[in-house]
Formats: sequence, C-alpha cells, structure tokens
Amino acid sequence: MTVLRPHAEDQYADELAILAKDDDRPRPPGWRLSPWAVTTYLLGDPDHPGGVITPKYIGPRRIVEVAVATLATDRALLLLGVPGTAKTWLSEHLAAAISGDSTLLVQGTAGTAEEAIRYGWNYARLLSEGPSRQALTPSPVMRAMAEGRLARVEELTRMPSDVQDALITVLSEKTLPIPELNEEVQAAKGFNVIATANDRDRGVNELSSALRRRFNTVVLPVPASAEEEVDIVSRRVAQLGRSLELPETPTGLEEIRRVVTVFRELRSGVTSDGRTKVKSPSGTLSTAEAISVVTSGIALAAHFGDGVLRPSDVAAGILGAVVQDPVSDRVVWQEYLEAVVREREDWRDFYRACRDAS
Amino acid sequence: MTTTILGVRHHGPGSARAVRSALERLEPDIVLIEGPPEADALVPLAAEPDMEPPVALLAHVPGDPSKAAFWPFAVFSPEWQAIRYAATADVEVRFCDLPAAHGLALDGGRSGEAETAVHADPIGALAEAAGYDDPERWWEDAVEHRTDGEAGHGSVFEVIAEAMTAVREGHVPDRHEARREAYMRRTLRQAVKDGFRNIAVVCGAWHVPALATLPRAADDDRLLKGMPKVKVEMTWVPWTHGRLAAWSGYGAGITSPGWYHHLFTAPDRPIERWLARAAAVLREEDLPVSSAHVIEAVRLADGLATLRDRPLAGLTEVSEAVRAVLCEGDELPADLVQRRMVVGERLGHVPDSTPMVPLQRHLRGEQRRVKLKPEALGRNHDLDLRKSLDLDRSRLLHRLGLIGVPWGTPRETRGKGTFKESWTLEWRPEFDVSLIEAAVWGITVEAAATARVCDLAEKGAPAHGASAHGASLHGSPAHGLPGVGLPAPAAGAHRVSLAELTALVEKCLLADLPDALPYVLGVIGDRAALDSDVGHLMAALPALVRAQRYGDVRGTPAAGLATIVDSLLTRICTGLPTAVTGLDDDPARQLVSQIDAVHSAVALLHDGHGEGGHGEGGHGSGHGGGHGGGQRTARGIGQGSPRGRWLATLRSVASRSDLPGVIEGRLVRILFDAQMADDVQVRMSRAMSLGHPPARAAAWVEGFLSGGGLLLVHDSRLLAAVDGWLTGLSPEAFVDVLPLLRRTFGAFAPPERRSIGERVRSGTAAARGGGDGGRGGTGDGADHDDERAAPAVRTVLEILGRA
Repeated sequence: MTVLRPHAEDQYADELAILAKDDDRPRPPGWRLSPWAVTTYLLGDPDHPGGVITPKYIGPRRIVEVAVATLATDRALLLLGVPGTAKTWLSEHLAAAISGDSTLLVQGTAGTAEEAIRYGWNYARLLSEGPSRQALTPSPVMRAMAEGRLARVEELTRMPSDVQDALITVLSEKTLPIPELNEEVQAAKGFNVIATANDRDRGVNELSSALRRRFNTVVLPVPASAEEEVDIVSRRVAQLGRSLELPETPTGLEEIRRVVTVFRELRSGVTSDGRTKVKSPSGTLSTAEAISVVTSGIALAAHFGDGVLRPSDVAAGILGAVVQDPVSDRVVWQEYLEAVVREREDWRDFYRACRDAS
Repeated sequence: MTTTILGVRHHGPGSARAVRSALERLEPDIVLIEGPPEADALVPLAAEPDMEPPVALLAHVPGDPSKAAFWPFAVFSPEWQAIRYAATADVEVRFCDLPAAHGLALDGGRSGEAETAVHADPIGALAEAAGYDDPERWWEDAVEHRTDGEAGHGSVFEVIAEAMTAVREGHVPDRHEARREAYMRRTLRQAVKDGFRNIAVVCGAWHVPALATLPRAADDDRLLKGMPKVKVEMTWVPWTHGRLAAWSGYGAGITSPGWYHHLFTAPDRPIERWLARAAAVLREEDLPVSSAHVIEAVRLADGLATLRDRPLAGLTEVSEAVRAVLCEGDELPADLVQRRMVVGERLGHVPDSTPMVPLQRHLRGEQRRVKLKPEALGRNHDLDLRKSLDLDRSRLLHRLGLIGVPWGTPRETRGKGTFKESWTLEWRPEFDVSLIEAAVWGITVEAAATARVCDLAEKGAPAHGASAHGASLHGSPAHGLPGVGLPAPAAGAHRVSLAELTALVEKCLLADLPDALPYVLGVIGDRAALDSDVGHLMAALPALVRAQRYGDVRGTPAAGLATIVDSLLTRICTGLPTAVTGLDDDPARQLVSQIDAVHSAVALLHDGHGEGGHGEGGHGSGHGGGHGGGQRTARGIGQGSPRGRWLATLRSVASRSDLPGVIEGRLVRILFDAQMADDVQVRMSRAMSLGHPPARAAAWVEGFLSGGGLLLVHDSRLLAAVDGWLTGLSPEAFVDVLPLLRRTFGAFAPPERRSIGERVRSGTAAARGGGDGGRGGTGDGADHDDERAAPAVRTVLEILGRA
C-alpha cells in the first residue's frame, strides 16, 4: 500500500540517518540530532559528506536558527505567518528532526476540546474498572511529555481560549496533573511544543498574554524575491497539475510571472521597480493563493480555452483573490489597474482582460 | 626611541577601548592620528567641556562650496579616544594623513579612500579567511568583543599588524593611497627628527604594514612632489549619529552607532544591559514587557550565539531576541527599538570658540552679493521679483527660513500680485548659533536648505514605512494577538501630513531648491498612494497644481510635478465614486467645495500635457470656476486628458441615484457647464419630483445653482435650461417646487433677482444669447460674426497665455 502523503521522518529517513551518523556535536537531552544538524537538515547541504541533504525550508537562514535556538532553550516556539508561508511544513520537519516523530499533533479548531491537550477517558473501562491509568486516554501533548518529544499544536488561535489556557500549566510547570488519580505526568527532558498560528485571519481567539509570553515568536515571511516565488509557484503548479491529472498545458511561465508580480506588488504595497506605491488589499495574497489562481487558470485554459494559459484565464482568479472586501478592495484593485497595469506596455492584453473581468 | 603603531577599525568601539588603554600604558610623548594635518591647531578644542561628540572635522575650500570633506568622530571612535587622551594628558597630537589641501584639490571633495576600501577590503579578506560571511561580525568577534584585560590589547594590535601584512602581501597601492601613506611616513620621520622618543600612531589597520618599515625619505618625497594644492580651512562642526554612515573622511560607514555607543559605554554585561534598556524603551510605549521577557531574551540571544558558533551574542542575535521575545514577533515595536537604540539619534555640540563654519561664511558672502546687511533693527523691504537682485534676495530669505534662521519675516501687504514680496529683516544674535547647528546640513545656504527639506519630508517616511510594513505583514494592526498594537502616536509622531508636504513643495519653489523638489515629490507620491482618504488627496491637489503654474511664473523648473499631479488625479478619480455616498449634510457640502477646488485646479492643467502640450489649448475653459466652457467638448477633452478623465468620473458619479442632493446638483451643473449633460431638464425634473424628500430637492437646487444668481443673468444657456424646466412643469408640480425655489432664489441679492426677472421677461431670444450674453453664447451658434471677433479672441487668449 502506498500512502498518499508519508510523514516527514519516513520520507526523509535516509537524510536523517546520514546526519545522525556524522553528528558529533553535543545534543540537548532528548534530541535525536544536535541543533547544528537540525539546522542543516532544514536548510539543506548539497556538500554533506554522507550524501546530499535537500533543503526543506527555502527562506532566510535566521528563521531556522531562531527556531532551533528557541527549542534548545526549552522555550515553546510559536510560528506566525499568513497562510501559505510553510508554518506547518516547518513545524513538521522540526519535530521530525528533533524527536524523530512528527505525529504528536493537536489540530486546533473551534471544536477542539480540553481533552485534546490534557487527557480523555475510555468510558467503557472507566465504568467497569473505575478511574485508573488504563482507563485514561492520553492526549498527544501528554504522550509527548511522557516520552520527551515535541508536540505540535496547529492553528493555536482557532482553539477556544479555555482550551488554549490548558497549555499554560504544561508550558510553565512542565507537568500535567491528573487530579482524578491524584497523580501527575512530568515532562521528560526533550519535551517542547511547537505551535502555529495564522496572524492574518480575523475572528480568531486571541492568545492570553500569560500564554503568549511562554512562546518565542517567529514570523515566517513571504518569499523574499520574485524569482524565488515564481520558482515555488511554477514547481507547485506542475505538481498539482499532475496530481489533478489536468491535460498538459505549455507552461505559461510568463503568465505565472505576471501573477506573482501582481501578488507581490499588491502585498508589499510598492511596484517591483520600487517607484510607485500602491495600496494593499485586505486579502493575504499568499504564495498559496497565487498557486491556486494559476492552477485554476490552467484548468480553464485546458477545458474551455485553447490549451494555452492566457491573461483572460488568470484575470478572474486574480480579481477573486484580490477583491475580498467588495468596497475597499475594489478601489485598491481599480487604482492598481489604472495606475500601474495600464502604464506597462507589454501588459496591454492583461489590462484588457482585467478590465473585462471587473 | 619606540614607535607603536595601533591599527584600528574606524569607529570600532573595541578598537577605541583598546587604543585608550594602550595609550595609557604606553604614555607616549606624541600621538600621530590619521586625519588632515590642517586640524592640528583645532585639537585643544576637543578638550573643552562643551565639546560633545558626535562631532566632525570639516575641511572646506573658502569660495568653493562644492569642495568639502568631513572626518566624523563619535565617542567610540578610536581616533576620538586618542585625541581626548592626548588633550587630557597634555601630549602633542599631529594628524598624519595627506593634507586636505591636496585631497580636496585632487578629487574635488571626495577622499579617494572609499574606492580603495572597496577594491581591497582588508577586513573582508581576513573575515573570509576566518570563515565569516560578514566582515563586521568577524571583527566584532576578534576585536570588539575582547573585553578581557589589558594584557590582551597589546597583543591584539600585534595580531592585527601581522594579519594585515599577510592581507597586503602583493598589494600595490594606487597613486592616492601611496601618497597618503608616504605622507604618514613623512610625518612619522618628522616626529622622530623633532626629538620625540615615544611615538604612538593611530591609523586604520590597513595602513599598519606601510608604516612599520620606513623606506628612504627621498622615495616618499618624490611621491609627494608636485601635488595640486588649494587653500583649505578647517573647523569642528556638530554631527549626528545618523550621519556617521554618510561621510567622506575615513573608509567604513557604520549603520548601528547606537549599538556601538552602548558597547563602548556599558561597563559590563552588554547583552543584559542592552535588552533591559530595550524593555524599558518598549515599556515607555506602554507595551507590556516583563523581566521574564528580558530573561528569556538573554537566553535566546545566548542560544543563538552558540548555534552560530560565536563567543558572545552580537547585534544580530540581540535583535533576533528582541523581535522574537520582547516584541512577540511584531515588526512595529522591533522597528522602534531599531530607531531608538540601534541608530540612537544623538546630536553633538561644539564649543562657542570654534572657528566660523563655512555656512556662516557663505551667508556673509551671500549677504554681500544681494546687498542686504544684517542689522539688529527691524527694517522693511519690498521686493520686486521681476528684478534679479530682488529675486535672489527673496530666495535667500526663503532658504534661511527653511534652515531655521528666520532673518526675514514675510509681511502681509500685497493684493494678488505674485511679483511682489514684503519682508521685515531683523538679525538676532542667536541666529549665529542656529547657523552653527545648521552646519550639519551643508556648507552653503542652498545645500543646507536642500538637505533640511529632504529631512523634513522624510521625517514622515520612517514612521509610515513602518506602519505600511506592519499593515502588509499583519493585516490590520489589531489582528488579535496582544501587544502588537503599538500606540498610534508613537508610530505617527513625526508624521507630516500630505498637505504639509505640498506646502513644502511650494516652499521649495519659493526658495529655488531644484534638488530637493524631486525628493519631496517622491515622498508625496508615496504618501498619496497609501492615503485612502480621497478628501486628503483632493485637498492636496489644488496646491500642487498652483505650484506647477507658479513654477512657470517664477521660472523654476518644476519637473516631476506634472507626473505627481497626474497620478494624484488618477487616484482621486478612482476613489471619488466610493467617497460620495453615505454622507451627512455638512460633509457633503465640504466635499462639494473640494470637488469645486479640484475642478478649478483641473481646469488649470493643460489638457493632454506630455502629448499635445499647448497645441490644443484653444478652448476657453481655463478660467477660475471652469464654467462657461466656450467650446464644444469634442476637442481638447479627450478621454486621456486629465480634464477628460475627471469629467468622465463626474459623469459616472452623477448618474448614480444614491448621492446626496447637493453633490448631485453640483455635479450636474459642472457637467452642464462642460456641455456633457444634454438632459439637464430631465435630470432637474427627476431631482425635483415627488420621489425625493423636499430637503433633498432643495439641496439639489442649491448645489446646481451655487455660484450666485449673477451666473443665471449672464449664462443664457443656464437660464434657458432652468426656464425650460420651470415652464414645463404642470401647475400642481409648480406649486410643489415653489417653496424649494424660493429657498434658493431668496438667497440671491435683490438686484440679481431683478435682473433675472428682466432677463426672463425679455423673452427667449434674449436668453438665447443677445449681445451681452457673454461666454456661453459661442457654442450655441449665437448671432455674432466669428471673423470680426477673431482678433479680440486672439488678444484674450494671449492675455491668458494660451496663444
């Protein structure tokens, strides 16, 4: 049986083994690799003596260094960023490299209950045997504490506040009391928490400052250069196209570049030549959204167009991504169209397509 | 006899500390310092209590403002420490670099070392050899962070000398560098000859090997022969931390003076002290930062330093810790720490006995040139700007006002004449002090004013840059995580409003600062792009358009202004449709006046500038109110022209049904005047019909007829339109609208009302444009003879400057 998506520690088992073999730097207690080796695992090293280490995170080195240093000081790590900035990806690989296990995961939703952080009960056993360790169902956090591993909490700000606060004891006292049994689980060395949160969403549950100050916060940036982003988008679009089994379209690199340029300019509030400022819309315009705009454009071109990605195929998608708030974002978009797009000689067809779409 | 050469990194606090302790240990009887020898006489001033770094040595060529060089010193500069040591220990100081007289004559003000440092960066080479990607860091690790005892320092200088010898192996200095080093050797020889026994030399590390061994004096003399020379004067001027990076004397600019200052002044535990101070800075802004935060920040900084294999956390590690722990990932407070602490703006001070700064000298020269004497007694001057002397005077006074020397105060006199200015001139002694302070901006009045204007414009820039950054990164500032919403005043404290910026443009034109103008315009463009309040933009536009035209009058080229005006108009056109809805009475009235102001400003713009220029400027819509467009719309108001775009926007807005009455009425009127609304009577009926509440209908009429009753008398087309609508009403409808009309017409003066009545009574023929029907008549095929009118039309156009 082939799984659709193997865990990071399985997919990159050979690289982790190479690093573990050559790793002679001191390892913090409970860590599978030294902090230096973890950094190498995440950032990649084509010249590693044991074999090529592929880069897992493409971005500033300092992000990874701060993250690893944070975990090494036994502070919890909070990864913040707009959707599509590889928060989950980074947390999974950090857990895989440090604990060799990325599966101790709590997914934060509006419906996440306290049991997901602390523990639940197997009610059949609870009724038949009374409260005992056997009747207790540990949460991923509890297991991570007992085994001295990393626990991951995804979308921390989506959890209800009272559930979030269950983490405070865990993070400050490093212990999880079980009053029913008059026992407690104390964290073994190597335990820590990596949380991710989306800082662009509205209506999330704010972190209490008591919890907030137990985390070191690392904000993951959007890709630094246009080339880097075009690269990420086109590679990912190709992968998606394959898995969705879309008909083969000639890679419209030019169109991808244009979408990325539009997204970057609106996101950063300044044109790529740095000469003109533009307003930023309320949407996030993440790389992930650029990918979906291009993918749907390709679908449009393949099924309804002439098979080539044209400006008109992406125009509607861009409009949808940019104009989230029908009033203010529309002004932003119009202004951008008139002040920036219209001025570009080789963007005439794109300008027309956008005018038609809006 | 001993000679000790202390190779330093310019502006390195570690070097400064090392130099200080080395000098105290060596107790030399003379100190040679890399710097212009002309400044030897100025050294005693450095010992005065009033002298407070950052200060700079300034070399300038009297009479040639383009030639000047600065040698800035901060308290953590090794050179400054050497000077201070020598001044307090009463040891002679000689500067040993190439005299500024040659340097300035050679390359017109820019010492050549900037290039030298680039093409042979000694620190870079050493850092690379040590496996560092960033030379700054290497130096920090190897020297700056060596806070160990004095025993270490002597060896540090030896190590540096050795390393530099290795780096310089095979390096052939270029002509300029060779000369500089030859001069240093010559000064060294001279010192030996003068009988000094214990000589200390403080110079850039790069030069150490060149001074270690002295070749024959004749070789150096040959090198130094025949160099051009100019007359140079030197003085001390106050400097700022921010300008430590922008200088021309030594080789390396620094970007974190505040951090270096901290490293130099903190007695121990620099990391802990720095982070505690950062916490205090954040607390001042009411951001909750606890001691626990500081503890964790120190731990993270240390952890990072370990991970990066550094002996001690440096600025990058500390900044990461500030961002990740103290600021909880938020960029806004992190920027605050960057501004307040890492750069840490600080203004130096020089004693009163300092020789006159070139700015003062330049002003004296200017005063002689324009024949204005500084007098303590207030005197009035009337300037006629058409005369070049008076124009120069006016420019000088405006420039002085900009740099904070309000010698002249403009007096209110004139009516509308743009050629006259009146000033009261009164020289106060404190102006001399202001001039010394202003010396940091430049060495001529014009250069200083230019730099000052750029700075004023920029003051808004960092804050707004930060907030824009924050916005794009985190969405709204209140995105839900605590501690991120920096109090607004902190971020926007220095913010200059858009209107102030446009005023600055006008000042630039008045003071004739062509170099500052593009910069201010750039800032305006940026600000306009981010300002989502159309009202602000509309308020800013008329001033800019005025400036554009005024620039023409004064002969100041206002390049770039047209582009800004155009983009501003584009933004207004895009934003207006959303700004006109949901307005209360008063805001609506306010918007109407703004629309009027923009409309008359737009009328001043040459249609299709950039393409057609004046070529098609034949139409007569150029006068103030923009009413009475004497020509059909088809020409000159193409879609692409500013006026065309503006009117097209107004037309699309006017067709909407959700506008406040006063705005709709005004818009219809504007369109009517521009002959872009053929269905005025239909619109009028619709606006007055029963579907609208009376108040709205009244507002509509008010908007439509604003501008007074006289226009109804003179504009026959308008009168015909109103008349046509009125007479077309059914009797019942007439009775209904009568109160509304009375309300509007009642506001007109009685003679106006009478004239209107006479006009109507004399019948349609008269209303159709009789002899004195005026401007409106032309377009309607009135009964005049075009040929006979042609000379008059030409004359009028000439007066308007449109011929």
